[in-house]
Amino acid sequence: MMRTAWRKFLSHLIVILCGVSVLVALVPLVLILFYVVTQGISSLNWGFFTQMPRPVGEPGGGMANAIAGSMIVVGLGALFAIPLGIMSGIYASEYAGTRLASAVRFAADTLNGVPSIVIGVFVYGIAVLPFRAFSALAGGVALGIMMIPLIMRTTEELLLLVPGSLKEGALALGATRARAVFSVVVPAALPGIFTGILLALARIAGETAPLLFTAFNNGFFSTDVRQPIATLTVQVFNYAISPYPDLHRQAWAGALVLVSIVLFCSLLARVATARMERMRRGA
Amino acid sequence: MSERRFNFRTDEALFRGGTGLFAVLLIVIVGAIGFELYRQSILSINEFGWQFWQTDVWDPVAGEFGARPFIWGTLYSSILALLISTPIALGIAIYISELSPTWMQRPLVFLTELLAAIPSIVYGLWGIFVLVPVVRQLQVATPDWMRSLPFFTGPPLGVGMLSAALILAIMVIPFSSSVAREVLRSVPQAQREAAYALGATRWEAIRMALFYARTGIIGAIMLGFGRALGETMAVTMVIGNSPRITWSLFAPQYTMAAVLANEFAEAASELYLHALVEIGFVLFIITLIVNAISRAFIWSMGRQRKPRAALRTAAARASA
Repeated sequence: MMRTAWRKFLSHLIVILCGVSVLVALVPLVLILFYVVTQGISSLNWGFFTQMPRPVGEPGGGMANAIAGSMIVVGLGALFAIPLGIMSGIYASEYAGTRLASAVRFAADTLNGVPSIVIGVFVYGIAVLPFRAFSALAGGVALGIMMIPLIMRTTEELLLLVPGSLKEGALALGATRARAVFSVVVPAALPGIFTGILLALARIAGETAPLLFTAFNNGFFSTDVRQPIATLTVQVFNYAISPYPDLHRQAWAGALVLVSIVLFCSLLARVATARMERMRRGA
Repeated sequence: MSERRFNFRTDEALFRGGTGLFAVLLIVIVGAIGFELYRQSILSINEFGWQFWQTDVWDPVAGEFGARPFIWGTLYSSILALLISTPIALGIAIYISELSPTWMQRPLVFLTELLAAIPSIVYGLWGIFVLVPVVRQLQVATPDWMRSLPFFTGPPLGVGMLSAALILAIMVIPFSSSVAREVLRSVPQAQREAAYALGATRWEAIRMALFYARTGIIGAIMLGFGRALGETMAVTMVIGNSPRITWSLFAPQYTMAAVLANEFAEAASELYLHALVEIGFVLFIITLIVNAISRAFIWSMGRQRKPRAALRTAAARASA
């Protein structure tokens, strides 16, 4: 009897502990969101998006150059990561059994696990050293490399979800394989692929480490891809480790912008996937 | 007719060749990373050899490059983070997959994944201004008898190993817990039913499932370990950046990723640069091995039954 009571007690205890661990993980999430919002909101105004940084001591000012810079660098990365990711994803799903497909899958997983700072070091070697200059382009390459595996995996996954009968129908009508894939299979998976790209963009926009010595930084407004460029994340980093409270406030505002982007994209992706699932169930 | 078939064939070849080219390009990029890192660190490898990893002094100005403190800091902080995060991550995985009501599962999954989506730099910022002061107060409040232990020596600075381990633990939880969750989901329901039929309590049934899923769970923890090893910004901002080897949780230390973030852009001499790239190279190799082992564990778990593909994508998504 004693033993049964003890077993029941232990079971209840562990069930409670599991619930507690969920709460323990949610505490930092809530705390981070709380601090980012309360600390960031006071410095977040229209000027933050439209004005240049002011010298220390002068209140106000914004991160217009860094926000534009982030968009440019992320855009450059997307420009080459999206085609590369989608095409290799198509290969991996169309020729799923081949050795190259397993190899590319393995390469994507490997790339996914490479620390972002190491990708920065790599890009420094191939895109900064040879030209003896930090550049927005190098930053774009670094972010693009980080994006590729994310896009490749989503594309592959979603293409495999498209019912085989769709492709077979196209083939039966006399379409070539390329035609069947590009006009029937890919369009069917497109909403999902867009969602995946959106999430990848959101994640990449928050990266700092690969930009530290590729895009570097720039105190001025620059749109020249051959020049160093300021980015939101690197700016937040520099402000955060500076000793000035004014800059700390700006850093919190920058963090709020970053977190908002991530939250917005995650919610959008969730709505999109929920809708897709409903469609699939309805079909 | 024969011309038509020919067209089909060239079309197929073009399609396969075209998409295949991009696939090959992806593989080339991974290979190029390894090669380039090796090439850029050759000076340091030739100059110091293994000595590089056995020397404790890092003084670039004097031309002394010993990388042992960085390896130490990286491993120590990551292992501490795992010690903190593993029970919590497993608790979350068990709660979501075994205990929670169905309507709660999706929101909980969303919230834990949100934890993974917050940028590292935001963790760092929060770490500097919120976590570090709290840790400092904890250190100040540490009773004297504890301070004589090697883990709690040194002045209460706030920044240091303890802050780094805590922030890493928070950041690693979503990765381990989402893979562990998927692994648990792949355990056949019959396992649990059999346990219940034998009169097991809830925990005993869960324990059976955990045992069944053990390889996958180890893989999930390893995946988190790989993440922790390479994490850069948040750690750089709270660990104190001081190259030394000590057990003290209060002492500022340094990690491989952090030294790259701080010193790479200002490396003045060629040898200094190569020494830093060598640290990056070794970090690359270590994370490669840890991730490969982790994936092997997770896959072998999936291979026992059908949902292998689901597990693999779960692992890929979690590490994203």
